[in-house]
Amino acid sequence: MQTTTLTLILIAIATGAFYFGRERSLLLASGQRKLASLHSLPGYYGYYTAIWALLPALAVLLIWLLIEPRIIVAMIVKALPDAQRALSSGELNLLVNNIRNYATGDIVAGDIEPFLRDAATQYQHLVAVSRHLLVTLSIGLATLGGVFAWRQITPEFRARNRVETVVGGLLIAASSIAILTTIGIVMSVLFEAIRFFREVPVTEFLFGLNWSPQTAIRADQVGSSGSFGAIPLFTGTLLITGIAMFVSVPVGIMTAIYLAEYSSTRIRSITKPVLEILAGIPTVVYGFFAALTVAPIVRRVGESMGFEVASDSALAAGLVMGIMIIPLVSSLSDDAINAVPRAMRDGALALGSTRSETMIKVLLPAALPGIVGGVLLAVSRAIGETMIVVMAAGLAANLTANPLEAVTTVTVQIVTLLVGDQEFDSAKTLAAFALGLMLFLITLGLNVLGLQVVRKYREEYD
Amino acid sequence: MQNLRPINEYRRMRDPAGSNSTRESPVMLSSSLDSQEEVSIEEEVENSDAASATLGNVRCDNPYIVAENIDVFYGDNHAIQDVTLEIAKNQVVALIGPSGCGKSTFLRCLNRMNDSIDSARVTGTITLDGENIHSKSLDPVALRARVGMVFQKPNPFPKSIYDNVAYGPRIHGLANDRAELDNIVHTSLERAGLLKEVKNRLDDPGTGLSGGQQQRLCIARTIAVDPEVILMDEPCSALDPIATAKIEDLMDELSENYAIVIVTHSMQQAARVSRRVAYFHLGKLIEVDETDKIFTNPSHKLTEDYVTGRIG
Ligand SMILES: Nc1ncnc2c1ncn2[C@@H]1O[C@H](COP(=O)(O)OP(=O)(O)O)[C@@H](O)[C@H]1O
Ligand SMILES: [Mg+2]
Repeated sequence: MQTTTLTLILIAIATGAFYFGRERSLLLASGQRKLASLHSLPGYYGYYTAIWALLPALAVLLIWLLIEPRIIVAMIVKALPDAQRALSSGELNLLVNNIRNYATGDIVAGDIEPFLRDAATQYQHLVAVSRHLLVTLSIGLATLGGVFAWRQITPEFRARNRVETVVGGLLIAASSIAILTTIGIVMSVLFEAIRFFREVPVTEFLFGLNWSPQTAIRADQVGSSGSFGAIPLFTGTLLITGIAMFVSVPVGIMTAIYLAEYSSTRIRSITKPVLEILAGIPTVVYGFFAALTVAPIVRRVGESMGFEVASDSALAAGLVMGIMIIPLVSSLSDDAINAVPRAMRDGALALGSTRSETMIKVLLPAALPGIVGGVLLAVSRAIGETMIVVMAAGLAANLTANPLEAVTTVTVQIVTLLVGDQEFDSAKTLAAFALGLMLFLITLGLNVLGLQVVRKYREEYD
Repeated sequence: MQNLRPINEYRRMRDPAGSNSTRESPVMLSSSLDSQEEVSIEEEVENSDAASATLGNVRCDNPYIVAENIDVFYGDNHAIQDVTLEIAKNQVVALIGPSGCGKSTFLRCLNRMNDSIDSARVTGTITLDGENIHSKSLDPVALRARVGMVFQKPNPFPKSIYDNVAYGPRIHGLANDRAELDNIVHTSLERAGLLKEVKNRLDDPGTGLSGGQQQRLCIARTIAVDPEVILMDEPCSALDPIATAKIEDLMDELSENYAIVIVTHSMQQAARVSRRVAYFHLGKLIEVDETDKIFTNPSHKLTEDYVTGRIG
């Protein structure tokens, strides 16, 4: 029986349980004020019964599906001839895969030896037995759970409280998914980074001025000892982020001022959605724009003025990234300006301030913390941005402050380190995780700072 | 001669306030009688159509602000209907009436604060010292420097006490140097009765003061620009009784130099501080008269109901 079918059956049982639970409570309700004699509304008794029918059975189903493959594989491996059991873990994995493929009728690599056929038969058998057990167990459990809960129902039974406890638990589980995932991601990056730092000292990584992650594949190769000084990457990131902020902060804040104070409702109703569209454009499209349109223009303009411009200059990538971030800055600043109480604005106007005086002397200072918070969030967005720089910035890890030269960024290097074939035990690959960790820490810091500032400022007026 | 009539009869005759107008609220209709034969008396008493809608006396001696036939619309909502009112200097006029009757809206007409509300449309003429405030040559910004406003909720800027008061003089260039500015700030705080309490902490944020102090700071901020008129929209409704008493004393003093229009929900406050009272109802100005007259002997049934606490 398919897992889907089984799940559907369980849901059907739970639906039935809901009905029976509800009916029972209605039957038990007595006296003049029928419903009021029950502790909870009849529906809660239904839900209570349904929860008992569904949750334990579903839990068993889930756990079973998680551990079933491992147990079956372990049993098959145990039954293999000694020669095969002595194989290395990688080869053993391949063999198990072959067995599984053969059993399910897929194409099998290599010859089919007798032991493989035996193992496959055993595999099929085990799977069938496991399925039977699972179906019996979960359906049995669902029925049992339902009956158990059904029998508990009395007019005094506090079904609502129980149901609400379960609902509360579900909500907590849902919200912990995000937290657990974050922890998981940090852990995985952290462990790989630690492996990297075993091969390359932290100090060299943090303070080294030279980045060329090419390590020798064979010992006799020349000129590729690899050096992992991350400074050029971070200066490159800083340069491009700086250019991006140089574009997006003034433009974004001025847009926000216009939208919040000067624009008519009609213009606002057009501009806001357009900005949102701008924010919704996939960054890879900005990448095209940067690489194919902006970079050549920057180069032509720069050269016509007598500068030497790299074809993948930091300037082009930074400009386009700045444009990408404008909506973020403007919408956060707009929120900040709008969050300044209307009374502030009226107070300034009533003293005879012009619009611009009101804006510059009262609204902007009052909104400043919120705007700063928004800018910090934008910086962290710019630092973590990948696609635009991958497409438009270079790969050369130059240590320079000249925006016309090619630089590379942390994210670009992570991508290039991980694209293609890698060995996960070489420093070259592991360096990506160290960079990722650094990036994560920096953006985390900026986000925390930004959110803190924004929140503090929100409290001021509530 | 009219004053000799019994109050009730007087009111009954005058009640069909809008009997020759097309805009009659249901409330007014309900209290009106069929009054065909009394039209003659009405015409005899009042000369202008607008004034005939309002009982009492909308006119006063030496008017400084004259609002004639003001209508205000918020979109389709006719919030102020044909209101005429004169306000003189050196006296406090109180606007009273149930919530939503348009007191704040009328007040905001006087310094054109309604301009900053997109949906608001104002018709009619208002003159300030003989000058039409809607004329093209008059900048609303300049007008607001002459007609100050104090709001219901104290709204000091998130700046220091000093900067709050210095804000107006700075933007209007009223002080030539720091000493002059200091002087203006001190006098304004003094006149707002706040100087003693804040003398030693002028650099502290204005938002750190108590509610009553904040409101007096806002008054100081308003008089620092040396206005001719001060509008106050329920200036005490967020304050405790002691702070309220201080502000009321202040109003008394200020009325020597300014024309003051105050919106209030407190009958006692209106009785204490004002010379004249205007009663608004559903966007109409029902009755304007000397404060004593309004509270002891109102002409209109609605006014009487309101001041005796039966509506509102
Ligand atoms: N900014 C506004 N936009 C639309 N309608 C408004 C606005 N301000 C007030 N109104 C309407 O105008 C009427 C009078 O309001 P308001 O002058 O605030 O009354 P009051 O101050 O006497 O309580 C009310 O019906 C109110 O809904
Ligand atoms: Mg009001």
